[in-house]
Amino acid sequence: MNAYLLEIGQALLALLLAPGLVGFVRWLKARLQNRRGAPVWLPYFELRKLFGKEVVMSNNASWLFRVAPYIVFTSALAVTFLIPLLAAPLPFDNVGDLLVVVYLLLLGTFFLALAGLDPGTAFGGMGSSREMTVAALSEPTIALAIFGLALGAGSTNLGRIVTATLANPGVAISPGHLMAFAALFIVSLAETGRLPVDNPSTHLELTMIHEAMILEYSGRYLALIEWASWLKLVIFFTLLANLFIPWGLAATLTPVALAVAVLTLILKLVLLGLIVAVVETRIAKLRLFRVPELLGMSFVLALLAVTSSFLLK
Amino acid sequence: MMQTLFLIMVSAYCLGALVALSGGRGSLGRGLVALGAVIGAGAGFALAANVILSGTPFTLSVPDLLPLAGGLALRLDPLGAFFLIIIGLGAIPSSIYGAGYSEVYEDGSASLRLLGLALNLFLLTMSLVTFADNVLTFLLMWEGMSLTSYFLVMTESREAGTVRAGIWYLAMTHIGLALLMGGFIVLMNGGSGAFSDLRTSAASLSAASRSLVFLLTFLGFGSKAGIVPLHIWLPMAHPAAPSHVSALMSGVMIKMGIYGILRVALDLLGGGPVWWGGIILGVGSVSALLGVLYALMEHDLKRLLAYHSVENIGIILIGIGAGMIFHTYGMMTLAALGFIGGLYHTINHASFKSLLFLGAGSVLHATHTRNMEELGGLIKNMPWTALFFLIGSAAISALPPLNGFASEWLVFQSLLGGFNLPVPEVALLMPVAVGMLALTSGLAAACFVKAFGITFLALPRSEAAEHAHESPLSMQVGMGILALACIGLGLAPFAVVRLIGGVITGLGGLPDTRAAFTFNLHLQTPGAFGQMSSPLVFLGLLILLGLTPLIMRLLRVNWQLRRGDTWGCGRVGQTARMEYTATSFAEPLRRIFAELYRPSRDVTIDFHPDSKYFVQSIEYRSEITPLFERWLYDPILRLIRFTARQVRKLQAGSLYLYLAYIIIILIILLLAARWF
Amino acid sequence: MPALFQKIFKTGLVTETLGPDDDEIIQLVHAVDQKTKHLLGRALAIRDVDAGSCNGCEIEITGLTSPVYDSERFGIHFVASPRHADLLLVTGPVTRNMEIPLRKTYEATPAPKLVVAVGDCAKTCGVFKGSYAVAGSVDKFVPVDVFVPGCPPEPADILRGILAALDRMPRK
Repeated sequence: MNAYLLEIGQALLALLLAPGLVGFVRWLKARLQNRRGAPVWLPYFELRKLFGKEVVMSNNASWLFRVAPYIVFTSALAVTFLIPLLAAPLPFDNVGDLLVVVYLLLLGTFFLALAGLDPGTAFGGMGSSREMTVAALSEPTIALAIFGLALGAGSTNLGRIVTATLANPGVAISPGHLMAFAALFIVSLAETGRLPVDNPSTHLELTMIHEAMILEYSGRYLALIEWASWLKLVIFFTLLANLFIPWGLAATLTPVALAVAVLTLILKLVLLGLIVAVVETRIAKLRLFRVPELLGMSFVLALLAVTSSFLLK
Repeated sequence: MMQTLFLIMVSAYCLGALVALSGGRGSLGRGLVALGAVIGAGAGFALAANVILSGTPFTLSVPDLLPLAGGLALRLDPLGAFFLIIIGLGAIPSSIYGAGYSEVYEDGSASLRLLGLALNLFLLTMSLVTFADNVLTFLLMWEGMSLTSYFLVMTESREAGTVRAGIWYLAMTHIGLALLMGGFIVLMNGGSGAFSDLRTSAASLSAASRSLVFLLTFLGFGSKAGIVPLHIWLPMAHPAAPSHVSALMSGVMIKMGIYGILRVALDLLGGGPVWWGGIILGVGSVSALLGVLYALMEHDLKRLLAYHSVENIGIILIGIGAGMIFHTYGMMTLAALGFIGGLYHTINHASFKSLLFLGAGSVLHATHTRNMEELGGLIKNMPWTALFFLIGSAAISALPPLNGFASEWLVFQSLLGGFNLPVPEVALLMPVAVGMLALTSGLAAACFVKAFGITFLALPRSEAAEHAHESPLSMQVGMGILALACIGLGLAPFAVVRLIGGVITGLGGLPDTRAAFTFNLHLQTPGAFGQMSSPLVFLGLLILLGLTPLIMRLLRVNWQLRRGDTWGCGRVGQTARMEYTATSFAEPLRRIFAELYRPSRDVTIDFHPDSKYFVQSIEYRSEITPLFERWLYDPILRLIRFTARQVRKLQAGSLYLYLAYIIIILIILLLAARWF
Repeated sequence: MPALFQKIFKTGLVTETLGPDDDEIIQLVHAVDQKTKHLLGRALAIRDVDAGSCNGCEIEITGLTSPVYDSERFGIHFVASPRHADLLLVTGPVTRNMEIPLRKTYEATPAPKLVVAVGDCAKTCGVFKGSYAVAGSVDKFVPVDVFVPGCPPEPADILRGILAALDRMPRK
């Protein structure tokens, strides 16, 4: 029973942390631009504000436009029940493995892309075309990174991946593991719409990917979509942090262990946020047609990771 | 009871054909024709379900109908029954749909008589393929299926392109038949053609002839299944046929190729060296990727779907290829996993591809165009078709919790099991296949965002799309059944996997591996390598989907909604010309994969005669190079034409010349007879 | 790469601080800070509409987002679509070509929403008054909450205008 409460607890925690993580990355980026920057908790206020506003919806849009935000939000939220945020193994580990996680996120992307096309604007179509292109090209890397992780653990089950690494800490610094981490990190940037693939703070429609799809959304729908995309950042960071460096996860459901788990999770998210902020300060956005090269590189890294695991087995 | 079901099946199809022969016009006639097909398919379905559930084959002793080469031998084992189920799954909704759809031919634009006759006979012969228990029966039914489907393709023979499509189909299918005959002749090795005898005699064949049999039959069946590069007829023939026939051909008939591959390579030959599996896996991966890449460039809705059939056949073959590789190394549970993944995807593809073709048919029915650039906004006038098409699109894009996901998950799992292979060179094939499969499924999702988004969403791009109307009830029912099948097959992988596990038991010495799986609400693959529960995922999604708005309501979220103009940066009017088109949607991918597509662009700008600052019109034309036509088929066709021209010189019309030929041949023959 | 971060750290923060001993501008932003906190949950999304200005005002608005003024620290940020906006910042006299786009932008913004007209031209049409291309002042077309005078107004004035508009925001 406690374990199921933990599931709900960690989903709520992910929901709660998501705006903070984005606020933190924004704040850090502002500091690196020698600005004071918005306070870390601004995204929480943004959500509250958006939930309080009315929705203006295009005359051309259909019911799909109204359903899509819920599906996007729900699919991301469902994933937070499956991934090891605080503890592993989780009771829902056998409901969905890593592949289910990836395809649930694809479900959200699919409906968001359709919603981008629905009002019939050129920008929306442009956004969904680009989003699906990037999503499709990221898939092979993700699949191979899964392969690499599953290879070490003998399972695609998230809990078993975590326990396998904990049982055999040497794996964490094996070349296969490190390359898989690098590959998944690059793809995480692409999937969550960060630089150098997409600029989350752009105002220029022609360079947009994710933003272009949601130009038509307002009020509560926009809040749901924004929240879902922030949640996606937490999800990818958690996968990076807790699958490759699983220390800190609660093995037992004692309050102390859980407190440690919450603290290490926040610490890991902060560290990854720091890396992302530094990377985003250092590099410029890539031209859209250079993005495949980046993703191709991540694919090669992932393939090397799997190959080296084979050869070192 | 089984015998009765068999008789019902055959007689219902025959009666349906007879009704069609007597006219088959009017709503009663069309209904009766469809009824025959539905009852026939239903009886077949029941019979097959019986065989699978009981696990005992059904043998029918046929009196010596054809006292030649062993006569007709009919026996339905679980593998055949599985494919008979697929036929039933596709045929029942397609026939119901067809009753409404074929109304457009009442004006005499096509012969309803021929359509109904060919449809029923097509279903009958295709069903009998799964019953065939010797080479003669198999080839006869196979050819019957090919010929009747040729006539179905030719239904709209007055449309441009149909005749060409028909010729390509006929040629490709007969090349396939020739290969099959060659393969079977080598396999029979002068002995009996009964499948039971072949199973034992195949073992005594030399390794080279076994491999020859495999290659010939793989190519022969592959031409029917639509593997690259033999896929060329699919995007021509499937769009040309009436939509419910396209659904049957793409959803069901090409699966017979899969059936053939399994029957010969696994069942009759009992598996082979590792390169057999390697070839199947390689061809599958390439077909999957190229199929989806070409689909992305299509704007013709039905051609797009036809290319996706190539893709999905590829995915099926990836599963089967992996299974064959594991089978070679004696890793039977993993082999079973691969075969189960492949077969599961086979039945899934039958359901969602038939659904999508029927949906495309409804669009065609309502707008008279298949060109996506002229469609759009149909979700408003055709809500049910749109919903069904959306379900099909989500299923084919492997989105959980629908059926496409369940089977792709299994195929992934079987590939991930590849690290257990003892030979690293072979094991390294698996991650490459994983990468290609993942790219394929990502691109498929992109392609169906395009297919659904451009066709059904936003503003209509033409008059026809603007005045589209929802299809009649029979067509909706047909689609609805298949949409339910997509959901049902997705939610019950634990049941489907168990059934398929029974179907493949015994093929090529596969033991019953079902004990290695766990079938509860959770599906667990052998060794707990992967666990998944699509019913619980579905339930979780539903609960969260319900809770989210509820909690939002409780938290007093602003619930006001105002309709307004689309935000177009303050532009005055929003017209369909400003929308993203199918071409522009696929443009990034066209540029990324330019090496493959080799697109040619042609822009013509008409300036005003007085000033080049005023443009009167711009014409933009872009085409991709059809690689296989240009580099494979064109040279072959040129060679054939060239040879034909050379041969024609011999036939000069002079009697003396012919007499001279005869004398020369006679002398050569006499000399030959003397020497040998 | 080290050179970049070296420079970042050497430069330090350039944003003007919110000390109690600072001059009037700082007092003002402090007040904005308080207001936005209460009124729009500290997050104010602005959509800039150039209805035909000479771009002088735009330069000043850009100053608002610069590291020195850094409007983002008050939760004020500029967005790409009026659908996301709470406040429209309109500049310039409304030209004939921009009349409909301005109205459409206002319609496209979800309620509750505010309009701040920036610059003299927005109120009086300035030197462009009487031109055949000018349709009139901003308040002729959309309800304006606050006018910010100046040609162009300083970023601090614009902030003050935003503040005044927030004051007029109906409380829930």
